[in-house]
Amino acid sequence: MTKNVLATGLIWLMAALVSGVFVWLLSDILIHGLPQLSWAFLAEAPENSGRSGGIGPIIVSTLLILLVAMVTAAPLGLATAVLLSEFTRYDSIFGRLVRRSLDVLAGVPSIVFGLFGNAFFCIYLGLGFSILSGGLTLACMVLPILIRTAEEGLQAAPNDYRLAAAALGMPRSAALVHLLLPSAAPALLAGLMLGVGRAMAETAALIFTSGYVDRLPNSLLDSGRALSVHIYDLSMNVAGGDANAYSSALVLILLLFIINTIAMSLAKQWLYRRVVSI
Amino acid sequence: MSLSRADRQLLALLRGCALLSAVIVLLILLFLLRESWPVLRQVPLLRFVTDASWHPVDGLYQLTPMLSATLYSTLGAVLLATPLGIASAVFSRYYAPPFLAGLYRRLIELLAGIPSVVYGFWGLITLAPLIGRLHPPGVSLLTGILILTLMILPTVALTVDAALAAVPIAYVRGAAALGLSRWGLISGVALPAARSGIIAGIILAAGRAIGETMGVLMVAGNVVQQPLSLFDSVRTLTANIALEMAYATGEHRAALFVSGLALMLMVLVLVGTAELLFRERRYD
Amino acid sequence: MNEIEPVDKTRMNESYTLGPLQAGPPCCDPEPLIRVDNLTLHYRKKPALENVSLDIYKGCITALIGPSGCGKTSFLSVLNRMTDMIPDCRVSGKVHFNGKDLRDPALNVQGLRRDIGMIFQKPVPFPLSIRRNIELPLREHGISKQAELNDITQLVLQDVGLWDEVKGRLESSALALSGGQQQRLCIARALALKPKVLLMDEPCSALDPISSGVVEDLIQRLRGKYTVVIVTHNLAQARRIANYAGFFWIKDQRAGCLIEFGQCKQIFEAPVHELTAAYVSGSRG
Repeated sequence: MTKNVLATGLIWLMAALVSGVFVWLLSDILIHGLPQLSWAFLAEAPENSGRSGGIGPIIVSTLLILLVAMVTAAPLGLATAVLLSEFTRYDSIFGRLVRRSLDVLAGVPSIVFGLFGNAFFCIYLGLGFSILSGGLTLACMVLPILIRTAEEGLQAAPNDYRLAAAALGMPRSAALVHLLLPSAAPALLAGLMLGVGRAMAETAALIFTSGYVDRLPNSLLDSGRALSVHIYDLSMNVAGGDANAYSSALVLILLLFIINTIAMSLAKQWLYRRVVSI
Repeated sequence: MSLSRADRQLLALLRGCALLSAVIVLLILLFLLRESWPVLRQVPLLRFVTDASWHPVDGLYQLTPMLSATLYSTLGAVLLATPLGIASAVFSRYYAPPFLAGLYRRLIELLAGIPSVVYGFWGLITLAPLIGRLHPPGVSLLTGILILTLMILPTVALTVDAALAAVPIAYVRGAAALGLSRWGLISGVALPAARSGIIAGIILAAGRAIGETMGVLMVAGNVVQQPLSLFDSVRTLTANIALEMAYATGEHRAALFVSGLALMLMVLVLVGTAELLFRERRYD
Repeated sequence: MNEIEPVDKTRMNESYTLGPLQAGPPCCDPEPLIRVDNLTLHYRKKPALENVSLDIYKGCITALIGPSGCGKTSFLSVLNRMTDMIPDCRVSGKVHFNGKDLRDPALNVQGLRRDIGMIFQKPVPFPLSIRRNIELPLREHGISKQAELNDITQLVLQDVGLWDEVKGRLESSALALSGGQQQRLCIARALALKPKVLLMDEPCSALDPISSGVVEDLIQRLRGKYTVVIVTHNLAQARRIANYAGFFWIKDQRAGCLIEFGQCKQIFEAPVHELTAAYVSGSRG
């Protein structure tokens, strides 16, 4: 009996500790980040290595990098997921090979993606330190997440649709476009949001691919500094950059929170639809 | 299999895409090998642990300090995050009242999404000075371990939570019917039943800790040395790459790619082990 | 829906309209449309159906009866090649439809499934509007003129007795229909493709008694114009609607097989095989 009481106390204590630390972290960033936060901060260019001024060009670069990553990874991921879930038997050799290599890809550390991106996109393909290189590197990184969520979404689409469509003599592609993809759409979007979140949080893979330049990029072949890289640079390499680093961190967390919330509500809506449609 | 012409065209396109997705991993391995070849070709592997020091410009490639920093920080973080993560999952599943459980789970999910650079920044500004007061310099192995713990805790908590959710309700009911106390039920029935899921979660978290770069880089001090105490500054393999890639050329650069290759292999072994464990459970 | 063009009644009469409810064999023609010879079907290594031989007669309703798991549904799936969708499913034996080999790998399966439609136990309306449910497969088969689509939609919905119930809400979701309405929509959707044969896998068993009765009447009206093969667990229903009946049974706890096939009346009133007699009298199965 005492053991039971002890365990209860200990578990509440640990949960309180975990929540406490995280509340500390979040409130610390909120308290120190909020004072500098303003529309001007979001729009202006950084000055004096980022100590003053805002993060306008950095937000633009971040969004461009995300855009490149998603525009590349989303179709590739969707196509791969469709192949795996609709056209490949689970245990076929090709399917197994693709799945296995995606599992491995999902485990690759982000710094290794950085090395690869630098060697392959920047140097081998000659894209240099650029938004394109950074975006493509991130595309490789988020691909497994996109594929896994899309595959789960498709597999949860009612098999009745596949059978009924086939019984009506419709090609699989028609069933896919008109029935399966729409019914998996919230899951696909939720996966996309998860991928965007992961990409936006990434730093190590971007340092040697998209670079440090904090000017507004003129093209995708220009170097552009992502928000996360900006935070890193301000806190490590710029003395007196902490105040703006706090605000940038707050902006990053807020953006991720929004994306995460969208993903969750999409996933929930999808679950709900699945429940009511049965 | 009977496919119409439209289907066959689509299939060809999909196969191409899937092949491309699958080839990326090979491409990564290939380029890591290609870039590390200049060093791998002439330096025997043993020298990475027997050389006098890490001075790659002078052809000295001692990686042990970085390897042990990675090892210690991962080990420490896993040791701390495992009980906390399991407790978190148990808390939200068996102890917390429903509204608190939902809130707590949401908090953990939120934390899983916080970027490592933010953890690192917070650790540098807030945690390191506190530890520095205890024992300077503050940026140390201990700070690295604590930050890593926070970063991998959500991974442990969420996988354990999923594993607990998969425990058949009949087991729990059966145990409750025997009059077991709540802790008796959890420690005697629920956690053992979720064992393989928990182990897999810990391994995944360890993989994440090994591969983590920014969080540790920003708080661990980055001195290349064999740590003698928790308060020594250390530099992990990942931090070493991130710090030196900016200016490394020639064989120095190749040596960094060698450490990248080593990292990738370590993570692959861990991921493979976790997968094997899950696989076994599936066939139980 | 107001701009429906005047319908060419003669053409439509020929292609879609079912005509009055008729009972009994008059419009049933003892000419075999599908001939199954020595059909055996394996899932993985396990046989599911062994040595089934029977003829499906044109314009008739053929009922397949027997306990669950004796391969009736598998048998239906062979007839429209839905077995292609099941991995590790192996079919041997001869199946001919209209003289064509149904198991020919080069056969145009999409075309075959247009000729041989299938209705499932659970109604499967697509999550689209009522109109789109009927138009989608038609468009896939190359009918794209809106006027033509409108005509067909109206006619098939009239055929299944759904037109008056839904004509005001063709654009609303098919998922909002009741179970019986959904099943009739699925039948209408299949009829829109002008099939020659309809395979029905327990089409009434997921419905309430009243809807079930409506669907049963509809199946009666399909006789003559369409060839119907229906799997049913409802012996009374089989007896009411079928011209021919086949009795399946699991032999030696192993694979399903056809015990007896014949005129419906004979199967129910003068079964030859003792298993059939026991089953239709309700003492076995």
